[in-house]
Amino acid sequence: MIISVASGKGGTGKTTVSTNLALSLDGKVQLLDCDVEEPNAHLFIHPTIDAVETVTTPVPVIDEKKCTLCGKCAEICQFKAIIVIGKTVLPFHELCHSCGGCLEVCPEDAIAEVGRELGIIETGHKNGLSFAHGKLRVGEAMSPPLISKVRSLTKTDGLTIIDAPPGTSCPVIEAMKETDFILLVTEPTPFGLHDLKLAVGAVRVLGIPCGLVINRSDLGDDNVKKYAEREKIPILMEIPFDRKIAEAYSRGTAIVEAMPEWKQRFVNLYEEMKNIVNNAGGKTS
Amino acid sequence: MKELVIISGKGGTGKTSIISAFAAMAENKVLCDADVDAADLHLIMAPAILEHHDFTGGNKAVINKDRCTECGLCRELCRWDAISEDFVVDTISCEGCGVCWYFCPEKAIDFPEKTCGEWYISDTRFGPMVHARLGIAEENSGKLVTLARQEAKKLAEARGLNLILTDGPPGVGCPVIASMGGATAVLIVAEPTVSGRHDMERVAQLAAHFRVPALLSINKFDLNPDEAQTIEDVATAHNIRVLNRVPFDPAFTRAMVQGKTIVEFDGNSEGNKAVRKMWDQVRDFLEGHST
Repeated sequence: MIISVASGKGGTGKTTVSTNLALSLDGKVQLLDCDVEEPNAHLFIHPTIDAVETVTTPVPVIDEKKCTLCGKCAEICQFKAIIVIGKTVLPFHELCHSCGGCLEVCPEDAIAEVGRELGIIETGHKNGLSFAHGKLRVGEAMSPPLISKVRSLTKTDGLTIIDAPPGTSCPVIEAMKETDFILLVTEPTPFGLHDLKLAVGAVRVLGIPCGLVINRSDLGDDNVKKYAEREKIPILMEIPFDRKIAEAYSRGTAIVEAMPEWKQRFVNLYEEMKNIVNNAGGKTS
Repeated sequence: MKELVIISGKGGTGKTSIISAFAAMAENKVLCDADVDAADLHLIMAPAILEHHDFTGGNKAVINKDRCTECGLCRELCRWDAISEDFVVDTISCEGCGVCWYFCPEKAIDFPEKTCGEWYISDTRFGPMVHARLGIAEENSGKLVTLARQEAKKLAEARGLNLILTDGPPGVGCPVIASMGGATAVLIVAEPTVSGRHDMERVAQLAAHFRVPALLSINKFDLNPDEAQTIEDVATAHNIRVLNRVPFDPAFTRAMVQGKTIVEFDGNSEGNKAVRKMWDQVRDFLEGHST
């Protein structure tokens, strides 16, 4: 079973929920931090890193001896990532989406591909928990191909928990698509509610069952609850604002480590999600 | 013309609450919400929309079944696995590269331009505002961010205003890069946690990479004063100007629930006093800098 933990708004507690869930469960569990722009899960898991891999995406290089300046590469490129100026063809690697169109269209076979570094993937473990995260290179704009690479590490058996990036656009979809359950984390404020609605919109586009965790549940108002009721989204957990939790978080300590009595609540959260997926006919093995 | 962009790396550190307070204190400015993916500034500003525009960003492939001979070339060429075995394009996976459309021997693929968001010019009680909304599951957020900032600048010029206050997106990727190029300064709002420090360092590197001067303020500093100090020391080492700290103050949330800035909600709150002091420092910094 694959569970992605997502939210429209940033800073609502995705990482808190995904790391505590991962640390509370026994058996084959894997945590993939797909918030590659700002990965934070490792700060709470404290994993031992076993391997580091550099991830690249293919971008064009031109063989000037073969190039006849016909301009077909510039014509096919939808991203203005390759242009002909005077007597040279100039590729702009940072704009390239790696579609391979220029390579395919070039009649002189004058284009080859080299790698542009997107970032790194670190894999490791903490006790029985498998861990991996992507880290986008600072200055790199495109996170979806790196997210996709982190997701390719998904194991075929056991439970995979994905910590998704905030928002509702392409990086989030990359982290949520083809999962069995989406756990949305929000806070009961107007910003939280507004962005939750956007996130639910994205979940509906994907057609995946979802549930809600309300974090800092006693700060704000009850409009998130009313909304969840109206939309028939089950509220699976509420985490009150507790200075002890906030302070543990600030030091990089998981809730279940600072307050072990929370462990059973995360186990229950997992059981509830499993039941929902079972009832929806999905895969839970 | 000066532009201050508020960013944070990590989401939820208080960018929008703080820029809303600045909006209530600053004069002669245009507001710009560049967090197009999950825009929230309008919830406080209650804008009256004056102009409404579609945002077209890129194209998507559509296969015309009548002309398709199922030769399979498009599936072979597509690097996104966006074309199914029965030759239907999955619009979520389609990158909009047009390779299938270009090479289809039967000209059976259309490649129409796509509307993937909207942008608006509005009036608010604190002056004009440019804001935008990216459609759900859409791409090209960077382009929409760039567009919103350009329109904010045009609007400021047309109305003789000399400051743009921009609410930026979280992260360090495409939309953040689009939000900071050419800004007078970025203000990084960080929280005093290990995540906050980690993310602040990455976004500080990004600002340095694009040579944009950076300022820093720690929000909710009293949740962990030691960590707050560590982050400020890191910032100083990166040549980032450290501004006044803001305490954890539930008045921010209460103000938000009422759709108000903290300045309007409770002028005597500790949060308001801290933000006011920070704004004076920001104003002085902007006066001494130009883009």
